[in-house]
Amino acid sequence: MGRHFSTKFLSGLALAVTLGAAGIAVPASAASLKMAWKQDATGLDPHKQTAFSSIRLLELIYEPLVRFDKNLTIVPALATSWEFAPDAKQLTFKLNPAAKFQDGKPVTAADVKASFERILDEKTAAAARANYLSIASIETPDDKTVVFKLSQPDVPLLAAMASINASIVPAAEIAAGTIGTKALGSGPFKLDNWVPNSKETLSANKDWAGGKVGIDGIDISVLPDETAILAALRTKQVDFALINDPLVATLVPKETSLVLNRTPVLAYHVLQMNPSRKPMDNLAVRQAISCAIDRQDVLDTASVGEGRVTGPLTMPGYTSDTSTLFCYKKDIAKAKKLMADAGFANGFSATVIAANGEPATAAAEAQVIQSQLAEIGVKLNIKMMELNVYVDAWLKGDFDMAVALNGGRADPYPMYNRYWTKTGNLQKVANYSDDTLDSLMQKGRVETDPAKRKIIFADFEKHIVEMAPWVWLYTSYNYTAQQKTVSGFEPTPEGSLFGLTKVKLN
Amino acid sequence: MSYLARRLLTFPLVMLGVSILVFVAIRMVPGDAITAMLGTEAGLLTSAQRAALAAYFGIDQPILVQYWKWLLGVFQGDLGISVTHGKPVLSIILERFPLTLQLALMSMCVALAVGLPAGIFAATRNEKLSDLGVRIFAMIGQSTPNFVVGLLLIYALSAGFGVLPTMGEFTPFLTDPLRNLGQMILPAVTLGFAFAASVTRISRSAMLDVLSDDYVRTARSKGVPKMSVIWRHALPNALIPVVTLSGVEFGYLLGGAVLVEQIYALPGLGRLVLEAILQRDYALVQGCVLFIAFNFLVVNLLVDLLYVTLDPRIRLGEGG
Repeated sequence: MGRHFSTKFLSGLALAVTLGAAGIAVPASAASLKMAWKQDATGLDPHKQTAFSSIRLLELIYEPLVRFDKNLTIVPALATSWEFAPDAKQLTFKLNPAAKFQDGKPVTAADVKASFERILDEKTAAAARANYLSIASIETPDDKTVVFKLSQPDVPLLAAMASINASIVPAAEIAAGTIGTKALGSGPFKLDNWVPNSKETLSANKDWAGGKVGIDGIDISVLPDETAILAALRTKQVDFALINDPLVATLVPKETSLVLNRTPVLAYHVLQMNPSRKPMDNLAVRQAISCAIDRQDVLDTASVGEGRVTGPLTMPGYTSDTSTLFCYKKDIAKAKKLMADAGFANGFSATVIAANGEPATAAAEAQVIQSQLAEIGVKLNIKMMELNVYVDAWLKGDFDMAVALNGGRADPYPMYNRYWTKTGNLQKVANYSDDTLDSLMQKGRVETDPAKRKIIFADFEKHIVEMAPWVWLYTSYNYTAQQKTVSGFEPTPEGSLFGLTKVKLN
Repeated sequence: MSYLARRLLTFPLVMLGVSILVFVAIRMVPGDAITAMLGTEAGLLTSAQRAALAAYFGIDQPILVQYWKWLLGVFQGDLGISVTHGKPVLSIILERFPLTLQLALMSMCVALAVGLPAGIFAATRNEKLSDLGVRIFAMIGQSTPNFVVGLLLIYALSAGFGVLPTMGEFTPFLTDPLRNLGQMILPAVTLGFAFAASVTRISRSAMLDVLSDDYVRTARSKGVPKMSVIWRHALPNALIPVVTLSGVEFGYLLGGAVLVEQIYALPGLGRLVLEAILQRDYALVQGCVLFIAFNFLVVNLLVDLLYVTLDPRIRLGEGG
């Protein structure tokens, strides 16, 4: 019995192995763009999803009233024009008469009203709701006109509306409760199929009011390992891919058939201190840490130099010359003196938290900072955490210091209001505020003159860097890699994939 | 009561224990489905918004109530709904399982096809140079992590030959056998590599043991040809430890091979569990772990039954 079993079994095995070896396939081409990313979307409700990975998918399907172009200028999306009343307490939009949802129904003012009412409804639990709280009422004088009446002047509201979190969804779908289970937008692509963490199939929306899309569709594969993404690009299995890891990105240009797109982004790498804890409550200690850190060295070591040292304001039009900011040049002597003044000549111990792989450079950043702070006697213990555990600690403000990659906005107000005003939702994470920051933020909110706003926020930046609750380090790049046969992609500082509408496959 | 019936009766008890463990463990980890979905933006939620989301994810009730509801569902064959997939947990698991099963079977095939002959060969050439060669190979195989093997294979194939198995989407064997095998062979080799090394080592030592037994010496002295001694007389007895090892390994493999699935972008059970944990999809984690535990129990039972076939002297469930 044993003999028959073993001999038959073994010959069967040999056959199976030989058969398998013959089946390695070289992929064929199609009119759809084959795309790969590491991280899949986590849901389909445009009002609820805030993860980059979800937004990247949803911005192909849904449209807000306005969007940003590659220079972060606000350009039409569903709205063709808009206007603030002189007192900035009323904002009027004219909708594109040709705009249609993917089921053929026109996009009307009623849909806009219903969408914003849904976002503002607490039961929806839309995280971006905080950005739209100044909306007091919404009027729809006709089918193609929407008037937002505001409770107070709110200039940044327009920029906040250029977000997929302010997408216009069909009023009928809201009533039916199908937002999030069914993706029905007015955008350039329709979602035909989604297998979470595996693949998405999108087809071009022939009726899209924004124009003609250059490809038939997009087939997205989730490839969780970025070196595998690179391999898939190399073998032409994939036309276009998102890359997060700067180390992998630097390998792309070495392949002759591939092109790397590199765009500076608004998100910033930062060392957050917790000023509610000793000794970080001491201004001199925080300043000493800021002076002891060599930001360029952190960038060079942790991120192979892929990025740019930054102050708090990362958006084009607001960025300043970092050399004018407090201690942006490493100054150990000054740092040691500040430590001694604060009574910590011998340093102290603290723990810094960082998330595993989020960003890819987190652990390396923590290590470089650890070695730099050792020079002024600060003994830093690094605690690496799974992302979700990290987020939990971060939200509770349960850390001495944290290495973070925080998202940016095109406007400084929605970007920092949450942290640095006394009523900000994330004040318990930032744990620092003062009257100067508060009043500068408020001034920036109501000022409509761009030149004056720029001066207000430059003052804000100068002050907060000197108070050093956080040490802003650098901004990195957003990477997409593509075959040379793919043309026309326009990256944006938001990392948007909306530029895929103009892509052509040669 | 028969051995089989008694073994089957322990199943529900083990499963209950597993379910309690996983139910409590996943909830003890900081972070919940809300922070998993929104990340740091979850800090912008008002308490009313938080409550609405908690109700949506079904985490607004006391843990005992949650467990009881879930357990009642399990008894009715309902493992709950996955909030990330928006589908019943059982249907997601059953979608992913064929891939995992196939990967486990194929890597076992690779491991046995390489490991058994190598082990037997080494045993018959005990302490000779070729034996040493096999043992060194086995040592390397066992000590190289499978993600290293996987990444090297991907790199070598894509950079050297410009080919790569289709990744991202799984083609079932019955849909397109050739494409399916093309997709699965590399992961199977990657997984099978380390396991082949274990099989080599264990079959070598088992074979050495058996070859020094009296009955083998008797067979030899009676003039039975060498190959016949090895294959007919010695091998069946040497197989028992190999079956034990393979059974345990196969049980593990049915739980999914996270790293290999991750590298080759295969949507198998391992990645499903990993993603479910990262996204705090409690129902999905619980369902998967329960399913994996069940498979493990079944495989163990089958291994025990296989002993009897291999060695009729073994009587299950008697005496001790």
